[in-house]
Amino acid sequence: MKNLNNYGYAFIAPFWIIFLIFNIYPVALTFYYSFTNYSGSGTAEVVGLANYQRLIADSYFVEAFFNTWKIWGVNFALQIVIALILAAIFSDMRVKMKGLSFFRSIFYLPNLITVSSVALLFGILLDWQHGSLNMVLMNIGLISEPINWLNEPASAQLSVSLILTWMWFGHSFIVVMAGVSGISTDFYEAALIDGANRWQTFTKITLPLLKPILLYIMITSLIGGLQLFDLPMLLTDGIGSPDGSLNTMVLYLYNQAFKYNNYGYAAAVAYGLFIITIIFSAIVFKSMYGNERKQARRV
Amino acid sequence: MMDRTEIENNVTPEQLSKRTLVTQEPKPKKRRSIIKGVIYALLILTAIICFIPFLMMLVNATRSNDAILTGFTLIPGTALLENYRTMMEYVNIWNGFKNSLIISVLVTLLTGYFSALTAYGFAFYNFKGKNFLFVFMLVMMMVPGQLGLIGFYELCKNLGILDTFIPLIIPAIASPFVVFFLRQYIQTTLHPSLIEAARIDGASELRIFHTVAIPIMMPAVATMSIFTFIGSWNNYIVPLVVLFSPEKYTLPVLMGFLKGSQVAQNLGSMYLGIAISVVPIMIAFLFLSKYIVNSISAGAVKE
Repeated sequence: MKNLNNYGYAFIAPFWIIFLIFNIYPVALTFYYSFTNYSGSGTAEVVGLANYQRLIADSYFVEAFFNTWKIWGVNFALQIVIALILAAIFSDMRVKMKGLSFFRSIFYLPNLITVSSVALLFGILLDWQHGSLNMVLMNIGLISEPINWLNEPASAQLSVSLILTWMWFGHSFIVVMAGVSGISTDFYEAALIDGANRWQTFTKITLPLLKPILLYIMITSLIGGLQLFDLPMLLTDGIGSPDGSLNTMVLYLYNQAFKYNNYGYAAAVAYGLFIITIIFSAIVFKSMYGNERKQARRV
Repeated sequence: MMDRTEIENNVTPEQLSKRTLVTQEPKPKKRRSIIKGVIYALLILTAIICFIPFLMMLVNATRSNDAILTGFTLIPGTALLENYRTMMEYVNIWNGFKNSLIISVLVTLLTGYFSALTAYGFAFYNFKGKNFLFVFMLVMMMVPGQLGLIGFYELCKNLGILDTFIPLIIPAIASPFVVFFLRQYIQTTLHPSLIEAARIDGASELRIFHTVAIPIMMPAVATMSIFTFIGSWNNYIVPLVVLFSPEKYTLPVLMGFLKGSQVAQNLGSMYLGIAISVVPIMIAFLFLSKYIVNSISAGAVKE
């Protein structure tokens, strides 16, 4: 009988051909460019580590780094708190809320909408003088003066954070709920019999058991957050206005490459971003599982 | 998964001391229903906040520019047709729709078929270098898309495929995450003896894949297809980089184009353009919401 195992190569061949050409080669090519002064045309001259030296000293990149973190951090904190509160409400054995699937769908809806449509929509809704949001807020008397949402660095960043929260809390809620429904009701029944109150049940049973799920949400959200691009790009002028406050790392990368033709430097920005993503994913992973190991040792 | 001992470690120390002390008094029924009412009210408020931007969009899409500038009401206007005409004069949004649809459908089909093929190859054949290739694929899965963006652009430039759909469609053949997901799935659902039986019956390897493996993988392929489709539909940065001609723009890129065009002068038309890009997705979601929610739950718990 002939060896059928060699058919395996044929089955995975299309994947690997395309993967090599469109995935691995571009990543390698970008790596090479990061050591050159390539400008999109002509020849690329190797300049050694110059791009990386520039990157570390580049105040715009450092600013983009902190902007991305601020915008992501505020959004993540809000999003996870809302998701946990909702999960606590819907998993409560004593109150037994109805309408889970209805609310879940409504809360999730913004997540499906194309980000560029969302950016455009909020761009005009948040307009200072003619935006419908200011008009409604003034009509119901919450504010007396129109708020210039997208013209002040702090409020522009907060706006992006809130839009992201709006887009993602429903998704986090679904994932948290999936985790909660995986927890055996035995634990909750035992807690009920032992007379634990809601807060105790939540902090001593639900939260510790949700740790793997929360870690999953955090890492996926972090990776997505560090790549924040569409929203800040389309919400204001595309280069991070007001005052560079919406300049995120990927926006900076995009503008360096395709607006200013600094391909070599932009390639170094890409690798800088990659290294940052790896470092922070590792930190998140360690801080959540490192504690566990310490606890285990103590016991 | 966390095991029982872990939970007890976390719970017992504080809990044990309290166990004997706490006795719960049954709450009066009336108080509970008031609390329930308040929670429902808050949930509905949250739902309204979630929906308000869409509501404003829909209402404003029917109102004229002047009406929008003077204030906001919930009463729809009468300028819908006029807004539509103004918008179509500058930007053909249906074209963007068509482009996005063609690309997303092809991407979904290619991803589904070739990922299943690759997953099957990894799961049921023992060839040299298999484990290395699989681990290498997993490592590359961690690499964010932006990392190779500049190299990708250069590659497309050299291949002469800039401003075509090829760089948006063909790379879908290699989707590491989907391959990973499907391999995990098929290893637990398809028993090798089934393949052996088909071989004895004289079926060719590819035929076995088509008639035995694909039907079994279908539920997992469908789950992944939802995410593939949404991901492709919403993709912004890659089409933005590789497409130049407005008639080839996908919907997300066309949205950015809309913002910089003459249409931006007329807020009613802007709202209408955004609404046209949003409403079909909302309608699709109405029918698919349960399925999508289940897919997200399944994906998260599997991780």
